[in-house]
Amino acid sequence: MLNIKNLHVKLEDEDKQILKGVDLTVPAGEVHAIMGPNGSGKSTLSYVLSGRDGYEVTEGEASLYDHDLLDMEPEERAAAGLFLAFQYPVEIPGVGNLTFLRTAVNAQRKARGEEELSSGEFLKLVREKAKTLQIDAEMLKRPVNVGFSGGEKKRNEILQMAMLEPKMCILDETDSGLDVDAMRLVAEGVNALRSPERSFLVITHYQRLLDHIKPDVVHIMSNGRIIKTGGPELALEVEKNGYGDLLAEVG
Amino acid sequence: MADTAVLAAQTVAAKARPAGTALAARLAELDLPTGGFTRAARADAAARLEAMGLPGARDEYWRYTDPAPFNAPTADALAYTDRESTLFGGIDRLKLVFVDGRFDASASDALEGEGLEITTLAAADAAGDHWAADLYGKLEASGQKPVKRPFAVLNTLAAVDGVLIRVTGKVSRPVHVMYRRVALDADVTVHHVVRLEEGSELTLLETGGIGARSNVAMEVELGREARFHHIASKRADDAKVGIGHVFARVGEGALFKSFTLSVNGSMMRNEGVIEIVGDDAVAHIAAAVLGDGGEGRFHHDDTVFITHAAERCESRQVYKKVLKNGAHGIFQGKILVKPGAQKTDGYQISQGLLLDEGSQFLAKPELEIYADDVKCSHGSTTGALDETAMFYLRSRGVPKEQAVVLLVLSFLADALDEIEDDRLRGDILTRLDEWLTSRASA
Repeated sequence: MLNIKNLHVKLEDEDKQILKGVDLTVPAGEVHAIMGPNGSGKSTLSYVLSGRDGYEVTEGEASLYDHDLLDMEPEERAAAGLFLAFQYPVEIPGVGNLTFLRTAVNAQRKARGEEELSSGEFLKLVREKAKTLQIDAEMLKRPVNVGFSGGEKKRNEILQMAMLEPKMCILDETDSGLDVDAMRLVAEGVNALRSPERSFLVITHYQRLLDHIKPDVVHIMSNGRIIKTGGPELALEVEKNGYGDLLAEVG
Repeated sequence: MADTAVLAAQTVAAKARPAGTALAARLAELDLPTGGFTRAARADAAARLEAMGLPGARDEYWRYTDPAPFNAPTADALAYTDRESTLFGGIDRLKLVFVDGRFDASASDALEGEGLEITTLAAADAAGDHWAADLYGKLEASGQKPVKRPFAVLNTLAAVDGVLIRVTGKVSRPVHVMYRRVALDADVTVHHVVRLEEGSELTLLETGGIGARSNVAMEVELGREARFHHIASKRADDAKVGIGHVFARVGEGALFKSFTLSVNGSMMRNEGVIEIVGDDAVAHIAAAVLGDGGEGRFHHDDTVFITHAAERCESRQVYKKVLKNGAHGIFQGKILVKPGAQKTDGYQISQGLLLDEGSQFLAKPELEIYADDVKCSHGSTTGALDETAMFYLRSRGVPKEQAVVLLVLSFLADALDEIEDDRLRGDILTRLDEWLTSRASA
């Protein structure tokens, strides 16, 4: 499970506080959604948890099971079971998607003291997982995300998730830039990965993704803090009335 | 005119010696061959060199690279690890071995092959007449305008050996020039001449340790519809100080492609001088350079000049340099489109990837266009590793060192793509990967 306590984060280069005391617990097997207006700190939370440079934690803690996340390098967090699906997946020309996937899978296995997958085992596994996401052989061969459509990029993120089998998946605005069909496909991929051992934190602006990926708990984030927590009905309320009422309510 | 070249050279030396010029001192240390079929060319080179002199630090084309190590009368000794290059080892090829710049017949394959006429410069030059007389020093001489290239002239004057290849058919088996070093202070001058007759094809590979200091020139003439692929790999202890020139004249519908991988040197300069003279021809020249200044100085200069003198031709220059620990990378590249060279498609990209703040990449891209219906573009960038891409890879569990390797390979990809043959490109990639991985933490 993911445990965040009183997390305060500022930008490293400027005196700007982004997170102002975030408390959040995502138990194993649950799907939590974080919604909130632009600039509320949702993406910052996902970056800080996965270890991106440029942020300074001034107070608080975050742990994944018994791992103290904030003391770890990004690759160590990944090996510990954390996965961030990017809002804007990065293009890496000249590096084949398969090479990238295999490097990542085996690096994590190595870090956990497990045996690396052979070429044959890896290919069998990746083909199997790619099929359900409608990712064809051609897409696997192409350089990482280069020339991929928005939908292909997001499907490729979910494929990585499926291959790496993380314990904690953070989806940062996975619905952005997707049409209805692409969103459904991505959501199906995510739903297929739901299990009692795996948790999800779904960051989104809109209710519509949550129609497909049904959350157990919905949090509303504003100005660097979680201001309200509730069931799926909270997302519907936001969709109907916007954030204005909620923000006013909290003051 | 029995000993014209020697006489001319001696004259240069004699004239200059009282004044103690750099050129006289440089020539005094060289064993200048008399020359057989090259005699006239060597004499001409001696005269041209006398008029031109050696470059000084203030020469425009030597602004970013100090010519002193090339001007010095002798080479500094360079230790080397005694390991044979295994590159291209799994590929069936015709091996030609040069030890300290001289052909070693006993270590080489027989000088024969379907569609090939091969001999060595030293052997052919003992005779008076040879097909290469039409080219030896000729492409070099025509490549002196408008930019002077004194070390290429010196090469024509002083070259002791090299390979002369006439290609008459489509040769599927690459010719592999393998250099080996023995003497620690070997100061080597090698001159190759290649002529591809109409419709012929050849792949030429170059690897291995040339000398402590090397001066390699290659003149290539491509006839109508001929195809020439050149792939060279130069590694850490192959040469301390080296200068290389490739002079190519590309005929109608012909294809010229040259790729150089450099992971070597303390002071290297490679010049590519390509003249496209036939319509519908294609010329690509590319390099991938990896420089680590931590092992002493690293300075790598690529200087390219492509002349379009025909219609509907395409040229591409792709230069990628990865620099760390205070390494310096230089690129000077020019596209000249002559009057009448309509529908020219010229492209040039030079990029430096700086792995730390002490390294430096300098680029001087130039276009000079005298035709009105052409497409020419150039770009140059210098930057560090993309932090977002680094984070992306690391967030997938790829350790930092390995992520750097992947991103460096990504950076070099466009240059490597200039190698058409999958196996050859695969071999180069493997070599690169090994080199990068072995130094990942350095």
